[in-house]
Amino acid sequence: MRFLLIEDNAQLAEAVIDRLMLDGHVVDHAPDIQTAKDFTATTSYDLILLDIMLPDGDGRTFLAQHRQQQESTPVIVLTARSEVADRVGLLDLGADDYMVKPIDFSELEARCRAVMRRRGGAAQNLLSLGNLHFDSHSGTLKLPDQDVQLRPRELRLFEVFANAPGQVFSKSMLVDRLFSYDEDVTENAIEVYIGRLRRHLESSSVKITTIRGLGYKLDIT
Amino acid sequence: MRRATANGSLRRRLLLSLLASSAVLAIVVYFVVQSVARQVAQDSQDNVLTASALSILDSARLSSGEITIDLPYSALSMLDSISDERVFYAIRLEDTFLSGYADLPQAVRSGGAGPAYVSTVFLGEEVRVATVGRRVSTDTGQRYLHVSVAQTLSGQKQALARISRTSMGIGAGFFLVSVLLAGIISRSTIRPLDRLTASMSRRGPRDLRPVAAPVPSEMVPLVTSLNSFMRRLHQSLRRSEDFIAEAAHRVRTPLAVVRTKAEVAERKSTDPETRKALTEMIRAIDDSSRTAGQLLDHAMVTFRLDHLTREEIALHRLVEESVERTRPTSELKDITLDIADLDTATVKGDPILVQNALLNLLDNAVKYAPAGADIKVALNAGPQDAVIRVTDTGPGFLPSELSALPKRFTRGANTQSIVGSGLGLTIAKEVIEAHGGTLKIANTTGGGACVSLLFPLS
Repeated sequence: MRFLLIEDNAQLAEAVIDRLMLDGHVVDHAPDIQTAKDFTATTSYDLILLDIMLPDGDGRTFLAQHRQQQESTPVIVLTARSEVADRVGLLDLGADDYMVKPIDFSELEARCRAVMRRRGGAAQNLLSLGNLHFDSHSGTLKLPDQDVQLRPRELRLFEVFANAPGQVFSKSMLVDRLFSYDEDVTENAIEVYIGRLRRHLESSSVKITTIRGLGYKLDIT
Repeated sequence: MRRATANGSLRRRLLLSLLASSAVLAIVVYFVVQSVARQVAQDSQDNVLTASALSILDSARLSSGEITIDLPYSALSMLDSISDERVFYAIRLEDTFLSGYADLPQAVRSGGAGPAYVSTVFLGEEVRVATVGRRVSTDTGQRYLHVSVAQTLSGQKQALARISRTSMGIGAGFFLVSVLLAGIISRSTIRPLDRLTASMSRRGPRDLRPVAAPVPSEMVPLVTSLNSFMRRLHQSLRRSEDFIAEAAHRVRTPLAVVRTKAEVAERKSTDPETRKALTEMIRAIDDSSRTAGQLLDHAMVTFRLDHLTREEIALHRLVEESVERTRPTSELKDITLDIADLDTATVKGDPILVQNALLNLLDNAVKYAPAGADIKVALNAGPQDAVIRVTDTGPGFLPSELSALPKRFTRGANTQSIVGSGLGLTIAKEVIEAHGGTLKIANTTGGGACVSLLFPLS
């Protein structure tokens, strides 16, 4: 995904960019509202991350203008203020969601997904792999004989494989993508979810193969 | 809110002093009317008595040293005409009794000429005596001839009693009219104060604008200092809100830098020891950040509860929004968060507080339910109440927790490793109770935890 990060604190911006790049995202950084406007005028983004306290104005002003110009790019506000009244006001101004700093990046990813899902609306985001169709918005696997509703974590695991068929993912990479920091997990926990996915995929032409010592990959036969 | 202690009532004080002064005035009126009437009655009687005595004196003739008095008929008949009174007279030449009632006392004037009067008792009856005198020449020289005429007072007494009753009536009537006027006056005097009170109590909790409506000049100093007090309160509220926002910004931004860098380092590191240390660091940061957030929330809730607004809240929309807001975090833990039942219900209250309570319940459910659990949210509206239930398929509450949990800073015993300060349930409980409802925690028949918010519908 392509992000625009509007954040005046250079250290934080640098760290956030580093972190988002780890998950393969592309990030442009605007330290103030003016630069942000220049960026949005020339580039289209999947998501804007917006700080509230900026050197040349209030992030809310940017948000209001952004919405007035009928810009459809979703905005997630990153705020240091945690007051509920503030947060409600942000949503009223047209923010798609908000997060209070410090940001939990797995939560950010989850919120991005939720925003995309809401924005997607009725339009289905169908991905075809072999003889199955995968609707990532509703989290449904459409198999030849039946539809399977994936649980959230199964969905995320399947997304990782489906977006890069044939690529090998190590257990620790998968753990990082699937679990947040407040859970104690071992790498073996990933086997449970691999096992569940394999059961769901039994009747399809899609298989998850174990590469001993390296990890797993998705194969279409 | 603490009520001010009342020390007497202005209206009552005004009323009482008005009533007291009119009572005094009524009594004074009574006595003045009575004494004037008595004076008038006595003066007219004295005049008649004097005229009578003078006409007797005028009829005295001195012939060859003898005094002859031809008692004129009119002298006594004019007295009869006043009323049915008994009349006495006595004629004396200095100390020598000449005619009439020998025992009739004589009024003596202290110095000067002219008639003298006295009220006294004669033959067992109260009488008024008038005495007039004249110098006559006798063969023994110049001597004084005195004529006294007396009349009983019973008729006059009756007239005075009548006058006294009338003046009492006048006094009482005066008093009654004063009571009426005092009531009207005290009410209209207090009215500007009542108006000010009403306009102050109609204000919303955040309305700290100065009072602009005109007030009587006596109230101007009070309203001026009230206005200046509200301005200071407004400034200090603004200052503390700005301070909290600034402090949050100053603390949370560096924390965000540390957390993000730690997360990047953890992802890049291959050393299990380092990864474990970094994970613990991230957890500690999350813990402190969540605690700070909940403490601020709790302070906000406490503040708003003191000044509860009563807006219409569409509970069903609130439930949908809150579930939507919590769903991403639930998915992180492989928890399916769903709305099982959604009736339409509207309650009166502070929407920000109710949403905060609900978000806290959902946040709690996600934090404490095990990974892979299901959370169901239901809103059921009955004729009397609307109930929001949050149930999960986790292990449920321990029996000992069921009573202790909603107390401040109590955390579930089996949740030591889960981030949180235990304030969530406390906040929810305080909010729902301020709205006249109740928070219940229980275990479902399947063993999961169930927290419900019950709103009365009125």
